[in-house]
Amino acid sequence: MTTHYLILSGLLFAIGALGVLVRRNAIVVFMCVELMLNACNLAFVTFARQVGNLEGQIIAFFVMVVAAAEVVVGLAIIVTIFRTRRSASVDDANLLKY
Amino acid sequence: MSPWLPILMAVPVLGAIVVALLPKGGDKLAKQVTLAVSLLVLVLTGVMAAQFKPGGARFQFTAEYDWIPSFGVKFGVGVDGVALVLIALSAVLVPIVVLASWYDADGVKTADGTIVTPKRSVKTYFSLLLVLEAMMIGVFAATDVFLFYVFFEAMLIPMYFMIGSYGGAQRSYAAVKFLLYSLFGGLLMLVAVIGLYVAASKGTFMFEPLIGAVKDPTTQKWLFGGFFIAFAIKAPLWPVHTWLPDAAAQAPAGAAVLLVGVLDKVGTFGMLRFCLELFPDAAKSFTMPIVVLSVISIIYGAIVAIGQTDMKRLIAYTSISHFGFIVLGVFAMSNIAQTGAALYMVNHGFATGALFLAAGFLIARRGSPFIADYGGVQKVAPLLAGFFLVAGLAGLSLPGLSSFVSEFMVMIGTYSSSAHGSGAFTVAAGISAVAVILAAVYILWMVQRTLNGPTAEPVKAFKDLNAREVWVLAPLIALIIGFGFFPKPLIDVIQPSVVHTLTNVNVSTAIAERGTGQ
Amino acid sequence: MESPVEIVQHTAGGVIGASWLMIAFPLLGAFILLVFNRFTNRWGHLLGVAMSLASFVVAVLAFFELLGLGEEQRRQAVHLYEFIPGMVDMGLLIDPLSISFALLITGVGSLIHIYSIGYMAHDEHRRRFFSYLNLFVSAMLLLVLADNYVGLFIGWEGVGLASYLLIGFWQFKPSAATAAKKAFVVNRVGDFGLLVGMFIMWTTFGTLTFSQLGEEVGKGASNGTLTAIGLLLLLGACGKSAQLPLQSWLLDAMEGPTPVSALIHAATMVTAGVYLVVRSGAFFFPEGSAQALAVAIVGAATLLAGAIIGCAKDDIKKGLAGSTMSQIGYMMLGAGLGPAGYAFAIGHLITHGFFKADMFLGAGSVMHGMNDEVDMRKYGGLRKYMPLTFVTFIVGYLAIIGFPLLSGYFTKDGIIETAVHHQPVLGWLAVLGAGITGFYMSRMVFMTFFGQKRWAENAHPHESPAVMTLPLIILSIGSIFLGGYLILSNTLMDFLAPAVGAPEVRPEFHPFTTPGLATLALVAVGAAYAWMKYGKAEVPAVQPRGSFLTTFARRDLYGDAINESLFMRPGQWLTRLAVFFDNRGVDGVVNGLAAGIGGSSGRLRRLQTGFARTYALSILIGAALLTGALLLVGTI
Repeated sequence: MTTHYLILSGLLFAIGALGVLVRRNAIVVFMCVELMLNACNLAFVTFARQVGNLEGQIIAFFVMVVAAAEVVVGLAIIVTIFRTRRSASVDDANLLKY
Repeated sequence: MSPWLPILMAVPVLGAIVVALLPKGGDKLAKQVTLAVSLLVLVLTGVMAAQFKPGGARFQFTAEYDWIPSFGVKFGVGVDGVALVLIALSAVLVPIVVLASWYDADGVKTADGTIVTPKRSVKTYFSLLLVLEAMMIGVFAATDVFLFYVFFEAMLIPMYFMIGSYGGAQRSYAAVKFLLYSLFGGLLMLVAVIGLYVAASKGTFMFEPLIGAVKDPTTQKWLFGGFFIAFAIKAPLWPVHTWLPDAAAQAPAGAAVLLVGVLDKVGTFGMLRFCLELFPDAAKSFTMPIVVLSVISIIYGAIVAIGQTDMKRLIAYTSISHFGFIVLGVFAMSNIAQTGAALYMVNHGFATGALFLAAGFLIARRGSPFIADYGGVQKVAPLLAGFFLVAGLAGLSLPGLSSFVSEFMVMIGTYSSSAHGSGAFTVAAGISAVAVILAAVYILWMVQRTLNGPTAEPVKAFKDLNAREVWVLAPLIALIIGFGFFPKPLIDVIQPSVVHTLTNVNVSTAIAERGTGQ
Repeated sequence: MESPVEIVQHTAGGVIGASWLMIAFPLLGAFILLVFNRFTNRWGHLLGVAMSLASFVVAVLAFFELLGLGEEQRRQAVHLYEFIPGMVDMGLLIDPLSISFALLITGVGSLIHIYSIGYMAHDEHRRRFFSYLNLFVSAMLLLVLADNYVGLFIGWEGVGLASYLLIGFWQFKPSAATAAKKAFVVNRVGDFGLLVGMFIMWTTFGTLTFSQLGEEVGKGASNGTLTAIGLLLLLGACGKSAQLPLQSWLLDAMEGPTPVSALIHAATMVTAGVYLVVRSGAFFFPEGSAQALAVAIVGAATLLAGAIIGCAKDDIKKGLAGSTMSQIGYMMLGAGLGPAGYAFAIGHLITHGFFKADMFLGAGSVMHGMNDEVDMRKYGGLRKYMPLTFVTFIVGYLAIIGFPLLSGYFTKDGIIETAVHHQPVLGWLAVLGAGITGFYMSRMVFMTFFGQKRWAENAHPHESPAVMTLPLIILSIGSIFLGGYLILSNTLMDFLAPAVGAPEVRPEFHPFTTPGLATLALVAVGAAYAWMKYGKAEVPAVQPRGSFLTTFARRDLYGDAINESLFMRPGQWLTRLAVFFDNRGVDGVVNGLAAGIGGSSGRLRRLQTGFARTYALSILIGAALLTGALLLVGTI
């Protein structure tokens, strides 16, 4: 039973990671990051249920809160970048280099 | 607890703060305050030195304050004979340097308007100078190894800025090279200092308890290496010498005097005090390679000096040759040689100081450090030429001038040393005596090309020394001649502390190794 | 052999106790003249003369006080002060040897000071000239009066410095500046020998004072040590006394003003090598030891070399310089013969001091009247125009060639006789040298004072002022009588005996011995040949090409060429190589290291591309590797 949840979590995480790596649109990348976070949440909840304590559940809530905060900041950054550069591609925002 | 040394360090620091806080436009006042403070330090040093008892306790005027109690680090100061004469050397040189670099920070311009160095902040220069003085006194006075290390490294900072912002055309290259080279050595030393603390497991960094505390020969060798490399870079010894010609040539003449005259002495002083006494067995086992390096320095420095085209670089290379003599004397492990080496540290400060300053006056007039740009200075500026010649003669260790006494003591002490493989010492002294000939070539050839011959066209406009410049050179020349005939006051102070060193290294302290002696 | 008497510590005051004044007076003079500079321009020369004379007075008084003491008391050590504590004290040794030198130095020195007033009258730097002369006298006195090798060495280098300053007195001439430097550097080669000699003395005997060294050596020392010390001291002596192979500087030193050539490069400084050998007699013992033989051989070789060079010079001063080399060669030969030769060597040194100074000053007087012309081919017939100079020069000339009953006759003959007796080969070489001397000195006299006028157009030869001729007269009187006085009844030998020892057999003067007659005959032949070539025949105004041998002599026996190809050029090459190695090799490694670090960090930072996805990938890979590693560790 647990294995199925974990496989699903792994798949979701892999899809998210792949999305972060291959997509250029900042919004999509951002959504993929969220997907990875949720994959993790799923794994936490699964284990919590299996072990029978609440710590995993609590962490899932923490992750959600952090994700929400991140959305606020992240989207703000993306919007600002889009306003100045007329593009939402992450490859165009490469000024911070060597 | 004697307040002398902390006061000696505090006075220039306070002076530096005052100079730095002077209102805008107070350049002249800044110079006057600096001169006054440095003269005050000189007077205080003189009064302190007069109370020093050569036959008394090894470290006098000692003071200790807790600094980092959890590691047993103390602010511990005190002087033995060698440290005392080196502090006195610094105290003498600083006012002279202040006077000599009176206009250096104002920017140097030649008669025809060529800008040699641009205008810079005068206040910064002179407060750096005072900070440097405090640190020079501190480094020689430190009796806590950790404190010594701190001063050893901290000295780099003012000197870095003095070279880097007040120097010649290549100043930043020279300053960075100087800093990186010294830092590299310094870090090795830091490792060794920590290693010493751990290996000795005395819970203190104070020098005297640490003598003989590290027993294991292998540990001694590693720690010795850490200290020695740092000191060899500082001294500098062949083959880690190449920072000195660049730094000395680019630094303003006054800073070059302090760099070569005092800062570099910390290297040889450290060898004598720390390398030998803390790690006697390692010192003995490394004697031969070090003697070889110092002999190479002596001859190599002299030969390369002959081939220089830039006056200040030439003087720097002669110093490398002279530092070879000092290191040779330190590691010859005999009373005469080590006394001679310590005496050499002082005399070299005077002689090379005078030479750098006289060369600086030449350069300030012509705007070029290159020997080929001069000729016939003697005819238009006899006084400058005379001082330059005497300083040069001190550089070639002419008997009757102070550097001869020390060079002679180093060579004869090395030749007669029976400490360890005396045959090798004999050969080393014999080879190093060849430098006597080479010294005549490098100095007199430079003199011939700058002072003698027909007067070169741009030289004709030279003015002779003014009163300020005479006051810079005359005291040094007087000291050089005075100690050339009466070295006894210095030797009397130095010798007892050398005897302490030799005793801690377990070698003979006799003056004459064989024969009846006196 | 009678060995020297022991040195006693001087306790009473008197002039001997105050003999340091001898050194102090001229030193003070030099100091005042140098420090007060222009302010002393008007009377500086007078102060210089006064200080030199004061020194002379002290020397004379000390001499008489010494004579008043018994023979056993005649070596007085005067302690001055502690120099290097525990190692050497500064002190003076007043004994017959040092006082003889002191008298010569201050006596001849004062005369030359006086002469210089006239000679340098028109030089704007006359005051500086006198300060250097005073410095020289002071250093030279320290050299001969010091009671230890360190003091001697300080004087030794002090005279070297004075010589450097005075050769280069007209330093605006590049030739003078070069000659001055050359003299100093060549001398330093000799100093190297003296220094290392002192190292060995200290190491072996633990002292550097003459008195203690004498005792220690007397207790016995290995022959090898003595030979080493002897040869090293000889090297020092060769440098200072312009003996082979360190002779090359002396001829160039003639760039200095003529009084300098007379005082330093004829009468006093160049004889310091002889003093050193005689003073260090303990190390050249016994006679015939390798080191003593080396001294004699060097002397014999140089006396011939100098004489040959003298034959070919047209420059009157260089001719005299060659002759000086040659005469010092005689002294060295004498000094190499041990106590038997010491008195003659010192005797010749003293008489040479007089007649050579006389001739140099005479040459100066000629130059003074001839617009500083030195080429003898441009002289000729000067005897009528400069009678006093002529007469005094002739006296010096007769003395140097060994004309019977003049000074040089007795002293040189003494050396030759002793040499023939002890080292026949060297002795007969010395006889040959005397013959050559007869030739070249006669050549000089004939070319200068006899024959046709070959003057330059604007020459108006005239006699020099009295201030210059008076010293000439005094010196020529010495050149006539001094030798006979010193040698005939062994006056000098007896006087010096407490200081240097005396031979077992007291030499008696015989006028008609084989070597003596042979010498006279050869000198006559040489003089006659010179008359044929330069007196009777017309002297060509331009130097003829000359044979190979003439060129050989003109080029100073290729001494400079040898030095140049053997030392100077390889030295320059080595210097250039070392500079290149330092810049490219040692500093190259340092800069290379810096460049290497800089370069690799430049390449490494390229990893920071700025693409967020690249960073994400590297995070992912890192995480994967970490997980993999954890799993791996877990399974183990």
